[in-house]
Amino acid sequence: MNYMIESLRQLLGLDPSKPGPDDRRQAVVTLMTEKRREKLTREMLHAAEAGRALAADRHKWRNRRWATLITLNLLFVVSYFFDVQLLEGALTASRFVGFHLADLNSALQVMLAYEHIVLNLVIGTVTVFIIWLLLGGRTFCSWVCPYHLLAEWAEKLHLWLAKRKWARDIKFHRGGRTVFYVFFILLTLVSGYTLFETLSPTGILSRALIYGPGLALVWVLALLLFEVFVSRRAWCRYVCPIGVTYGLVGVLSPVRVQYRVQDCHHEGDCRAICLVPHVLDVTIRGRARDLTTDMGADCTRCGLCVDICPTNSLSFKVKGLDKVL
Amino acid sequence: MSTEQKRATPSRPALSPKRREQNRREFIRTSILGVGVLGATLAGLLPLAGQANARLRPPGAIKDRLQEQEFLAACIKCGQCVQVCPVEAIRLADLTDGVGIGTPYIQARDQACDFSCDGLQCVLACPTGALTHDINYPGQARMGLARLARPESCLAVRGQGFKGQARGADFPGLLRYEAVNRWLPIPVADHPYDLELCDLCLRQCPIEIRLAQCAAGAPPSGDVNQCPPRPAIRLDKLAGGGALPVVLDGCVGCGVCEMICPVEPAAIVIDIDRVADAAQVG
Repeated sequence: MNYMIESLRQLLGLDPSKPGPDDRRQAVVTLMTEKRREKLTREMLHAAEAGRALAADRHKWRNRRWATLITLNLLFVVSYFFDVQLLEGALTASRFVGFHLADLNSALQVMLAYEHIVLNLVIGTVTVFIIWLLLGGRTFCSWVCPYHLLAEWAEKLHLWLAKRKWARDIKFHRGGRTVFYVFFILLTLVSGYTLFETLSPTGILSRALIYGPGLALVWVLALLLFEVFVSRRAWCRYVCPIGVTYGLVGVLSPVRVQYRVQDCHHEGDCRAICLVPHVLDVTIRGRARDLTTDMGADCTRCGLCVDICPTNSLSFKVKGLDKVL
Repeated sequence: MSTEQKRATPSRPALSPKRREQNRREFIRTSILGVGVLGATLAGLLPLAGQANARLRPPGAIKDRLQEQEFLAACIKCGQCVQVCPVEAIRLADLTDGVGIGTPYIQARDQACDFSCDGLQCVLACPTGALTHDINYPGQARMGLARLARPESCLAVRGQGFKGQARGADFPGLLRYEAVNRWLPIPVADHPYDLELCDLCLRQCPIEIRLAQCAAGAPPSGDVNQCPPRPAIRLDKLAGGGALPVVLDGCVGCGVCEMICPVEPAAIVIDIDRVADAAQVG
């Protein structure tokens, strides 16, 4: 229950809560006292980071994720191009070997705007809801959304430029995304048009891949340029309602990234690389309430933190799976 | 809890003036972003004002004349209708259509819907009912209505015949010619004509073809329900050897007549703001 409340708080834009003096488990307090005794020198820290940077599996999750994202999006393209009817349609709605699938946010918009729901849409929406309930909500963002991949590459460029002071990183309030989300819902309901779909780089890119490029790609390019020069990962962090929709599903999902405070150096490499670094605030020294903490629903389960962590303190886990097995 | 106690809670320290200033700036920045997002969102409605996005829609599209709100709302912009069309008549609208982005339309002059799927595959493929499942047969479609827009250039009116490829050798458009191949549409360019009096609009009309098949006792797929209720077009003889194409109330607005018309620009076109019998519009 605490996990869900904390998850929702972060998803909707509030800062992660800090533990009060009595909120931390005794085991954590003891552990932190011990950790302070073993002095961590700068050299030890750098050695650990350097070791991780050379490890063979330093891009394990990133590579798996990119392969999944590219394969899924190409499956749509190949399916249409060779007419094999494997995965027909686009990311907004499709059929997997004839079985309906519907993007939750696109389906939500159609339901709000049209106010009638046909059975096929119900089937598609429920199926996709269950899939992401099992796989972890915003997992959609980093493992499926084609815009995420482009934005990830643009982010590298942004960081390179920002280091040389050629690009800025203007930060906005994350609560803005929640306000926009309510905006989109109300406007869609009042106007009767699927207003967000016009702006959605996810839909635009998916259709451009499958049906050919169009003028709409200019909008996607504008978003990418904004992220490169003005504000790091701005669309996913501060605007996109698709992320909120899937995030809400993710609140209930058992697939999470888990943090173990035991060996953590608290150096913050994970927070520096993360799309949603507030979910990793628990890795700041003194923030952990328990020996292990699960990341909240705003986490996209991209695995970059798992890949970069020099002390193996972050890992994927499925809640309850150890009890079942 | 008194105010002093609140202040004493370490998780909520009083904000420093600097922090408060930062928060104020962040709020202003976020508000500007909000105005931008709202503006971009509402900009999607602009093309509706001039009906810039009014287009010929696939069969079964829920719309009333130019009132497309329900259709645009119901369409989930996935293009599954595009994928099933055997003649690839359906395209998806671009950003210039605003909220109509990703919705299917047909450019009849380039590639009309010739119902060569017989079963209205696009309607069956639609996951949201934007192409309403209320229609089952081509004769029930009401996409628009054909109109002889330029009678002066119509070959039939002028009493002229037609010989050769209807739209020239480079025209990529497809039609199903049952005499050639019942299952596979072929390029119009591969099917030259030799007509004493041009009757291409009537000759290729999918409704008229079906009526002729039904009259001969061989309805499409052997299903009498496939027989259209009424004729769609007829040629009225004119004094002096010509003939006048007259659009009838069985016309579904599929656009094949506009596509096949050999003169440039086409003498017969589809009006998207009219249908044969308004009562049947969804």
